[in-house]
Amino acid sequence: MRTYDRRLFAQASKVAREGRRAVGERMSTSIEEIEEMARKCRVEIIKMVYRAQAGHPGGSLSEIDLISALYATRMRIRPDEPKWADRDRFILSKGHASPGMYAVLAEMGFISHEDLKSYRVLGGVCQGHVDSKWCPGVDFSAGSLGMGLSFGMGCAIAARLDKSERRAFVMIGDGEMQEGSVWEAAMAAAHHELGNLKVILDRNRIQNDDFCEEQMRMFDIPAKWRSFGWNVKEIDGHNMTEVMEGLDFLEAEENSNGPSILIAHTIKGGGISYMENNPSFHGAAPNDEQFKQAMIELGEVEA
Amino acid sequence: MTRMAATRDGYGQALLELADNPKVVVLEADLGKSTKSLHFRKAYPDRTVSCGIGEQNMLLVGAGLASAGYIPFASTFAIFTERAFEQMRNGVARPNLPVHLCGSHGGTHTGTDGSSAQSIEDLAIFRTLPNVVVMHPCDDVSTRVLTMQLPALGQPSYMRTARNKTPVLYDGREDEIQIGKGIVLKEGIDVAIIACGVLVSEALKAAETLSGKGVNACVVDMHTLKPLDGALIDRLVAQCGAVVTAEDHNIIGGLGGAVAEHLVSNQPAPLERVGVPDRFGESGQADEMLEVMQLSAPHIAAAAEKAIQRK
Repeated sequence: MRTYDRRLFAQASKVAREGRRAVGERMSTSIEEIEEMARKCRVEIIKMVYRAQAGHPGGSLSEIDLISALYATRMRIRPDEPKWADRDRFILSKGHASPGMYAVLAEMGFISHEDLKSYRVLGGVCQGHVDSKWCPGVDFSAGSLGMGLSFGMGCAIAARLDKSERRAFVMIGDGEMQEGSVWEAAMAAAHHELGNLKVILDRNRIQNDDFCEEQMRMFDIPAKWRSFGWNVKEIDGHNMTEVMEGLDFLEAEENSNGPSILIAHTIKGGGISYMENNPSFHGAAPNDEQFKQAMIELGEVEA
Repeated sequence: MTRMAATRDGYGQALLELADNPKVVVLEADLGKSTKSLHFRKAYPDRTVSCGIGEQNMLLVGAGLASAGYIPFASTFAIFTERAFEQMRNGVARPNLPVHLCGSHGGTHTGTDGSSAQSIEDLAIFRTLPNVVVMHPCDDVSTRVLTMQLPALGQPSYMRTARNKTPVLYDGREDEIQIGKGIVLKEGIDVAIIACGVLVSEALKAAETLSGKGVNACVVDMHTLKPLDGALIDRLVAQCGAVVTAEDHNIIGGLGGAVAEHLVSNQPAPLERVGVPDRFGESGQADEMLEVMQLSAPHIAAAAEKAIQRK
């Protein structure tokens, strides 16, 4: 197993800090390195949920390849200065999938790996749902679905007023699209031609109670967004080459005329066999035996 | 002759005056003509964001702007702020982002649109949110002055304004108006009438009536419901020994509720609450609504006499 090199990311943030990195220019991080980062994040996700015996592993695992790639190669941020005014914003609208984001924030150096042990613990940096008041690097206090896209729209308008090139990246879930306010925001963002608003849809096909298809059919999702005036691209959210192409699409100059959405087809619980496509693991922790198996599957321990 | 004006006009005027601050932005939900943010829109279209008829989105667009250092003023009808309550709660109040929400056309005083447009619970619900300042000024001058003070507040606020004109009380008295400080409009020793919004002038009329009966009532404009001016209430209780509240709002949870909460935790005194008697409104002219809802000066005067009897 190759070791993941944190120095690359320290270097990337230094470049961003010095303002030399133009929008869309990719940082020098290989596909293999991002995959390894995502693997380590998966390990942390399982550990967090296992320790707390609560939380949301399914959606954290489905989103993790996307968030890892986004932070490792696109986000212009300063982990040592989390409130840097001209940082790109990342808004995890599906705020229950917080273990995924916390793991990435730890990898990037916003918080320590020790901080991850505070997940769902009284006074902890890692609140149950991501919270800007408690955790450095969190821009939006989430937890109530359907709100992040609107908040991201506000961030994008602020960037425009500031004449800044910073972007607002928003991750939403597919079940979340059942909230009507998502469509208020979708309509308004296109009306205001917010080319600096970039959405990633974690299309993992499962929500709290059951498969989305059973709870509320959503029919042609790409067509819905296109008809609202958005640029749309679909990818496999676990194929890192496609993920990078998808992020290229979000950053592309030709898509800066208005908001863009990357529809990433993912697997809920992706990476842990017994959690994959299993609605039970939307919001449930593994037991001792399941934890051991997860660590084996992730290559942390030998069978 | 007393000048008459609508509080919503004071709000619109304040936004224009605040525009010198480049961080001030205005958010509309297709009611700028009514809430009076339209003046700002005309002068500063680049700093005005149309959110269409989408109040939930508007509140959170405001939150996003506030998170980046802007000072958003969002307005719609008071009744429609209520549908964005959870956005105000989770997206604005919880992270303590200074988004300033104005609900115009509040209360039954708004009149002929009928009960669907008459918010009678807005003050109560926003008062329950930590970090949120809640105001209901009585005239256009105080509305303008209070709105002008909001950028320095650094926390979110809800302000109810009214559609229809009411007597102007503060011409030339701008210096007396401060967020969180009630204003004694008439001193008195027999009963303290604490009012807000459109009922402040009714309370003054009630005090005149009472005066003719030998009752010396104190009248207070409690334009800020939260934080409540508890020190002033304590003084009024010591001075008068009986209290009446008056508001164009449900009898539950508004100014009357706030004052009652303060009294029971401090120095209890007889309290009579004048407010909408826990029922929905109907179509009618503003003055007719004050009668139907038992909010007008005679009702306030009767409540004052009852409070005095209970001493």
